[in-house]
Amino acid sequence: MKLRALLSLVVVFAFAGVALAEGDQTTPKHPETQTWEWDGPFGTFDRRQLQRGYQVYKEVCASCHSMNLVSFRNLSQPGGPEFSDAQMKALAALVQVSALDDNGEPVQRPATAADRFPSPFANEKAARAANNNAYPPDLSVIAKARAHGIEGEGPDYLYALITGYSEAPAGFQLLPGLNYNPYFAGHQIAMPPPLSSDGQVTWADGNPPATKSQMAKDVVAFMTWAADPKMEERKSLGVKVMIFLALLSIMLFFAYKRVWRDVAH
Amino acid sequence: MAHGTYSYQPKNAFTKWLDSRLPILRLMDETMLQFPTPKNLNYWYTFGGILTFMLVLQILTGVVLAMHYVPHETMAFDSVERIMRDVNYGWLMRYLHSNGASMFFIAVYLHIFRGLYYGSYKAPREVLWLLGIVIYLLMMATGFLGYTLPWGQMSFWGATVITNFFSAIPFVGEAVTQWLWGSFAVDNSTLQRFFSLHYLLPFVIAGVVVLHIWALHVPGNNNPLGIDVKGAADTVAFHPYYTTKDLFALVVFVMVMCYFVFFNPNFLGHADNYIPANRLVTPPHIVPEWYYLPLYAVLRSVPDKLIGVLLMFGAILVWAFLPWLDRSNVRSYKFRPVSRQLFFILLIVTWILGMLGAQSVDGDFEFYFGLVLPISKLFLSQICTIYYFLHFLVITPLVSMNEKALPVPESIATAVLARNSHAPKARSAG
Repeated sequence: MKLRALLSLVVVFAFAGVALAEGDQTTPKHPETQTWEWDGPFGTFDRRQLQRGYQVYKEVCASCHSMNLVSFRNLSQPGGPEFSDAQMKALAALVQVSALDDNGEPVQRPATAADRFPSPFANEKAARAANNNAYPPDLSVIAKARAHGIEGEGPDYLYALITGYSEAPAGFQLLPGLNYNPYFAGHQIAMPPPLSSDGQVTWADGNPPATKSQMAKDVVAFMTWAADPKMEERKSLGVKVMIFLALLSIMLFFAYKRVWRDVAH
Repeated sequence: MAHGTYSYQPKNAFTKWLDSRLPILRLMDETMLQFPTPKNLNYWYTFGGILTFMLVLQILTGVVLAMHYVPHETMAFDSVERIMRDVNYGWLMRYLHSNGASMFFIAVYLHIFRGLYYGSYKAPREVLWLLGIVIYLLMMATGFLGYTLPWGQMSFWGATVITNFFSAIPFVGEAVTQWLWGSFAVDNSTLQRFFSLHYLLPFVIAGVVVLHIWALHVPGNNNPLGIDVKGAADTVAFHPYYTTKDLFALVVFVMVMCYFVFFNPNFLGHADNYIPANRLVTPPHIVPEWYYLPLYAVLRSVPDKLIGVLLMFGAILVWAFLPWLDRSNVRSYKFRPVSRQLFFILLIVTWILGMLGAQSVDGDFEFYFGLVLPISKLFLSQICTIYYFLHFLVITPLVSMNEKALPVPESIATAVLARNSHAPKARSAG
């Protein structure tokens, strides 16, 4: 009885003082959970979405952000946007990369399949000089680097961040040159809203409408693929491995039971 | 060997010839096939085999990864990503290796707590227990060294925090730390030596594992009843009885690992480690890998660095004294009602320390579901740390000397028969 009384006292004490962890002026807002095509063990990317996402990345993000772990050849590989080889080479050729000519002089030439995506700035100092001393991070693995560990949370965060700009609340001390975004740690971010209006990007077939939300989803899909280009291969092998192991474990279980059938234990 | 006699008979001319020169087949037959094993081992006893498998898996995947990895501060991060993108099945090797480390630790913690619960550390298995502690310490070192190799933010800052422990040593701390770094800060020379040591230590572990298994085969397995094997009726041959059981358990364990590897490969890691190391940007919140979290909480519970470091290492070294701190003449906590409850309290305290290790230092304790309990983290970690040491150094000796044990069965065979016929036949504990 004494113990129970003590226990209930502890519980009452605990709940009386309980405070829910709540957002203040600087705690980043938790991103809303989105439904993504690639969710779950059987999820795959939507090719068209990745192709649109590449276009958004190319026309919007790439003016400030590098993506230096991705090569043009990746754009036509299985499990990605899967452009045809001809399309991929044509897309590469639209981009100029630095190279040396036969005399050792630096030149610009159209990119080939083997080239990495070029960086918009020569180096970090140049990037900072052009961006109010902020350094736009490389986007190659950003979808993994911003996840809170659970598959899908990185993309949720990126989507929330891209679409989450708003007016700073009254009394918020916004530093000059920064933008208010409640999903960013500290609530102020150097990146201006990247997607400012519907129809900012025009895709070839015009479908689905290029709303801000659609463009954001597509570019997040593209960044998610770029961070994990072997996701489809991984999940499809995983399903086969799991089925094999499940059958094997059932057989081993019965083998174990059969071996032990005459032994009391 | 402890119980039963062996009857290895070389069958053909070659095995007879070999047996009189290098009796390796005899050794294998005696230790892996015929070895008499208590017939009442439960699934908690399958983790020894699982751990052996994990060590082999880590070495195999690690050797392949080392063929492609570049231990250089400007190239390490990108080389890991290149493994994941351009090496055939490189993503599989890398995710098996990184998740394999976590699964290795899950298995070793279950193995250690199983040893605690059934009193496997008590005579005559003290050396077995001590060798286990050596393996665990080597695993901790190897895991830490491996975590620095991708050279992400958590790699770099984790390495900085951990190597700074040594600066707490009086007088020579700074010199020792710089000697470990090979430099005046964590940098390329640190990364290269960490890679070298990360490749070396698993083979040292393998060597101590051989000793561990040797030390197991002298007294033989303990068992959930904690009583000695009395005769052949208490045992079965290791093969096929425990090979089939261990294999089944292993495959189930591998399925859990495969869930992480194939469907949630970054769940057990930290997102910040996909940000390349940057010595100018300290992450807001440096956390070690999950398997160090309770020790990290012990470290941070005292403001003094030297005492914190000593307590952290002491939290593991105290296990080494357990065989002599526990004065009871009954092994298994099954028959020691007070020790049994204390065991579960110790588990909860260790879990809370783990939660504290994952949280930032200041503020109130963040329980689950976003609940914040009105108790400061510092205070709670101090209470838990004190309790942790009290458990081993004070409570265990006192309780084990005074505890009235429940009746212990005559033998494994009678206990098994009693359980099957529901007619308990037992004698009281000595």
